[in-house]
Amino acid sequence: MHLLICGGTGCSASKSQEIADNLKITLKDKGLENEVQVILTGCFGFCEKGPIVKIMPDNTFYTEVKPEDAREIIEEHVIKGRKVTRLLYSDPENDQRVADSKHMGFYKKQMRIALRNCGFIDPQNIEEYIGEDGYAALAKCLGEMTPEQVINEIKLSGLRGRGGGGFPTGLKWEIASKNHADQKYVVCNADEGDPGAFMDRSILEGDPHSVLEAMTINGYAIGATKGLIYIRAEYPLAIQRLLTAIDQSREYGLLGEDILGSGFNFDIELRYGAGAFVCGEETALIHSMEGKRGEPTFKPPFPAQSGYNNKPTNVNNVETYANVPIIINKGAAWFSSIGTEKSKGTKVFALAGQINNVGLIEVPMGITLREVIYEIGGGIKGGKEFKAVQTGGPSGGCLTKKHLDTPIDYDNLIAAGSMMGSGGMVVMDETSCMVAIAKFYLEFTVEESCGKCSPCRIGNKRLYEILEKITKGNGTMEDLDNLRNLAGVIKDTALCGLGQTSPNPVLSTIDNFYDEYVEHIKDKKCRAGVCKSLMRYIIDPEQCVGCTACARNCPVNAIKGEKKLPHLINQELCIKCGACIERCKFGAISIQ
Amino acid sequence: MAKIKLSESKINKIKEICASFGNKPGEAINVLHKVQGEFGYLPAEVQEVIAKQINVSVAQIYGIVTFYSFFTMTPKGDHPISVCMGTACYVRGAEKVLDEFKRELKIGIGETTPDGKFSLNCLRCVGACGLAPVVLIGEKVYGRLTPDGVKDIIKEYN
Repeated sequence: MHLLICGGTGCSASKSQEIADNLKITLKDKGLENEVQVILTGCFGFCEKGPIVKIMPDNTFYTEVKPEDAREIIEEHVIKGRKVTRLLYSDPENDQRVADSKHMGFYKKQMRIALRNCGFIDPQNIEEYIGEDGYAALAKCLGEMTPEQVINEIKLSGLRGRGGGGFPTGLKWEIASKNHADQKYVVCNADEGDPGAFMDRSILEGDPHSVLEAMTINGYAIGATKGLIYIRAEYPLAIQRLLTAIDQSREYGLLGEDILGSGFNFDIELRYGAGAFVCGEETALIHSMEGKRGEPTFKPPFPAQSGYNNKPTNVNNVETYANVPIIINKGAAWFSSIGTEKSKGTKVFALAGQINNVGLIEVPMGITLREVIYEIGGGIKGGKEFKAVQTGGPSGGCLTKKHLDTPIDYDNLIAAGSMMGSGGMVVMDETSCMVAIAKFYLEFTVEESCGKCSPCRIGNKRLYEILEKITKGNGTMEDLDNLRNLAGVIKDTALCGLGQTSPNPVLSTIDNFYDEYVEHIKDKKCRAGVCKSLMRYIIDPEQCVGCTACARNCPVNAIKGEKKLPHLINQELCIKCGACIERCKFGAISIQ
Repeated sequence: MAKIKLSESKINKIKEICASFGNKPGEAINVLHKVQGEFGYLPAEVQEVIAKQINVSVAQIYGIVTFYSFFTMTPKGDHPISVCMGTACYVRGAEKVLDEFKRELKIGIGETTPDGKFSLNCLRCVGACGLAPVVLIGEKVYGRLTPDGVKDIIKEYN
């Protein structure tokens, strides 16, 4: 029997390590420590209901487990064979308890390829990975296939870059293989910077060997002997698991000299990011790895021609790599049978925001937004109205109700004014103001712009200022034209992918929520109640008993009034902090 | 800022770290990571020593330090507070939580309380979106925070 406990960042923050410790202690108390294994795995995906404990082999899926539940799980389930019903997932549709994750709405429509081992194996134990056909693909490549055949297989599979752009992976490998040099490099881009996206981190934490194996295959295919993983320093757990995995692979002769007796040499090192979003752009990433400021450079030359240390370099993202071993094992035909005509396989999304089931999901390309939000995501939180979903992060845009039945793939998302991006999917309801959301992303871009080219450095700042003006209630209709014009110029003239896509959140919100912009400008109204400057805090004299609690707590002394008499807020002084509303026990203060 | 005189032992420590990376210019970022891990921040004097050791200009080191948000030239509080302002946290009310921290501690973003106990910063996505909004204090993650909960958390550290 195995007890699997989610050791991802989300569940770890909710004490999953303590749960594992308690389970182990209880097992020892009962003398069962040799019969039952406790394993800390990678992310199960269902973060909303974490921490998760899964019992194998009967597949029982316990949710929201607390450290003090450990004893009951051992005594009832492990020893007596009775499921602990109160910890089972409760289906919101009919309040029935569901024991097996396969029957849960969250998992029914998912298809786990890149995440195949996450939440299933112990990421710190190479033998568990090998037990799931791990390194079989590498053995097959080195033993039975030529580099050309490997590249061809990846090309035939139709795999496209999962980091955002969607460039065909096989083609990228082919270009790198054709550039001859004394040294070539394979780089894994693990600088996951999109706010609201945590797919790559979960793969690295839950299945680090799949990435190492794929990079080694990549090295064999293009003739590189050195691999580098560029990873965010903000991901300490992923870093630690990668380091452990690299050590184990070296020990097993799967990295290093003469891998599996084939004569092929390959080794992998880590390089740490230091918090710069632009470093997700491949030329910037390469400069950062060289120990410089992470500023992008003009392409061509492409990294495949001249990359790290001016040598041919192939850069792929974590999720792209996680797909490679299974494509080699199961064949290109199998992989290309999944998905849509031009987008093959699956995509991992980090589902977040105002949705019931926040978590990490993997779905076949071509699934509709409706299925993702209502079936997997369990609908909008608090039964509110769906407003928009943001994909592609600061480079993407918003999809609305009219896109709910559009099959999700690279090309459809671009046609809808957004993009696949790396897989952040943030769901918004009526409480989100779309002008404020556009401003939020622009603020991000302004902060993260490296400043090298003026369209991005100055243009985005100007876009931000215009949005700021609109949210403050000072906008004019002319500002909308200015936003559109300026956005067009930035898209056409910025140096790198960050600048070229940064106006997308503005354009897509203007296109889809034009009325809301006009309301801000003409009616000075924010329907979501987000833009502070457009709000007025009002005290209802009928309800106010003159307790003075609001006046005493107002940080700017904007509230005046005699004791036991109705108070009044001076709108000119009010900074709309909301302190008065929180303190009023009589519900006398409202926002208009 | 007043000029800080680095002690001999600190200078030696920096030299040691640079040497462990072979004093190579290409290792600048790794060196800075390690030195900041040791001292908590990277004042100008420290950057000067590093630049000399790995044989690049101080301007280059300064350029790197100011480019990456992970590096800081001001000391953080004993309990650095980082409020996640990733999209998922933002739409679940991170801004209100941040405002409450500012109000309770009476400091702004990037500032440290006068007693050196707390410093306040924003960061972009720790990837615990299931727990949004999220705040990190030191290495500890606090999830599903509301403005009401802020006071109690600060109390834990007082």
